[in-house]
Amino acid sequence: MWRCVHLYGPTVERTPGFVIVNWFIYSKGAFMQVIRLTAAPHGFGETVRRDNWWTTPLLVFVVFSSFIVYATWAAFQNAHYEYGPYLSPFYAPVLWGDSAHAWFGPQPTWWPALLPFSPALLILPFPGLFRFTCYYYRGAYYKAFWADPPACSVGEPRKRYLGENSFPLILQNVHRYFFYIACIFVVLLSYDVWLALWFPDGAGGTEFGIGVGTLVLLVNVVLIASYTFGCHSGRHIFGGRNDEVSKSPLLSACYDCTSSLNRRHMLFAWCSLFSVAFADIYVRLCSMGIWSDWRIL
Amino acid sequence: MDATFRLWRSEPGGAGALTDYKTPVSEGMVVLDAVHRIQAEQAPDLAVRWNCKAGKCGSCSAEINGKPRLMCMTRLSTLDLNKPVIVEPMKTFPLIKDLVTDVSWNFSVKKTIQKFKPRQPDAPDGTWRMAQKDIDRVQEHRKCIECFLCQDVCHVLRDHGKHDEFIGPRFLLYAAQLEMNPLDTADRLHDLKDKHNIGYCNITKCCTAVCPEHIKITDNAIIPLKERVVDRFYDPVTRLLRMFK
Repeated sequence: MWRCVHLYGPTVERTPGFVIVNWFIYSKGAFMQVIRLTAAPHGFGETVRRDNWWTTPLLVFVVFSSFIVYATWAAFQNAHYEYGPYLSPFYAPVLWGDSAHAWFGPQPTWWPALLPFSPALLILPFPGLFRFTCYYYRGAYYKAFWADPPACSVGEPRKRYLGENSFPLILQNVHRYFFYIACIFVVLLSYDVWLALWFPDGAGGTEFGIGVGTLVLLVNVVLIASYTFGCHSGRHIFGGRNDEVSKSPLLSACYDCTSSLNRRHMLFAWCSLFSVAFADIYVRLCSMGIWSDWRIL
Repeated sequence: MDATFRLWRSEPGGAGALTDYKTPVSEGMVVLDAVHRIQAEQAPDLAVRWNCKAGKCGSCSAEINGKPRLMCMTRLSTLDLNKPVIVEPMKTFPLIKDLVTDVSWNFSVKKTIQKFKPRQPDAPDGTWRMAQKDIDRVQEHRKCIECFLCQDVCHVLRDHGKHDEFIGPRFLLYAAQLEMNPLDTADRLHDLKDKHNIGYCNITKCCTAVCPEHIKITDNAIIPLKERVVDRFYDPVTRLLRMFK
């Protein structure tokens, strides 16, 4: 059996654009032969590719960074997260807070005085970690933020590699638990869409109505649900783990549905990222009086 | 019109360099056609491995303008012929000569994966019963032509040289093909975690991007296997449930 066992020593020869290294071949217990290998370019960003390979990782870097900065800023505002029946998805559900949507009343007394309070700080980590551990996002941010690799067949900045085989990235295996939590959030956000159908009638009650904000929240929850239920972990749980998924008609139907969404997982990951940010911006700007919500019904 | 092809030329055990060849090209040609014309007219000692010229044998794998591709499936009309077309051998494997690499490492890796082990026959005549739907899932994995482009582009092998520790996307696909087969009873999860180090895969989907058979290697093979490994070794709930089964 032939087995490549060792990359021998430093670079021994160079030609423009290439690194030539020696390569041992191990055969029947002895080093039999040394042949040369045109090793992949090892310098960061080195490649023979002629296309603009850097555009996708750069775009991912800019969009993800912008989202993280905006979401962090919005989460710490603790203001302008509701307007009429609308509630920003960054703050949903409001567990504690100065809002009519709050489940358990105002800011709890046990909240550390040194820590600024915002209902979003109790909520955002869960959908945030669901996305952080998502298989699609992992592949995208390993490229965009860690250059591991920056793009396919493009040189990396470092030699050492542990992958998801050891700490800390082995913790990504917790993804399925954040999937369970994300499913609960889909239900809660759907309920918020229902609440967004009932506007104050001016006499202390409510009346049915549909505003642009209602549609914004509805589209957002549809995209988030499509992203969540197309999750790879969900696909595994809903039948993928069985070799004979057809034996259970219910699991089989679930597996078909989640597989169908999974095929567009990247699309829904991006669309739901934009929609959740836009929904917060919409509610925020309406609440600040910069935008006016248009009532359709 | 004429086009310039910049081919990697080398000697066994010796250094190499890119060499320019100008050759006439016409409509409908693929890169392999041009390489063959160069071989016939200008460089009779040029080594190039090929067989079917139809994208089904997986022999003519190379890197064209830096991207791992089959030479026989890369139409010249998809390339910018105003610049030299760079054709190099796969960089993840030892070079033999010119455009030919030694891919035998892959065959030795394949032997380390547990063989198909069917359950007892379902019928007295020694046959089995399977639902088409369950078989369709592994049929996708069987489309692999073993061109090893996915192995070539995988950065764990290409950039980090983990040949001794990681089996690469081709053989994770092969393991998935066996592991997800409804008849199979062998257990490969322990090997996948500890011996074949599936955890090295960080899901960059480069293998899927270069697959000439358009197999969703990452989504339909590697991630399902990763999830099965999580089931077995990392998820406390499934471990607990397994204890009660």
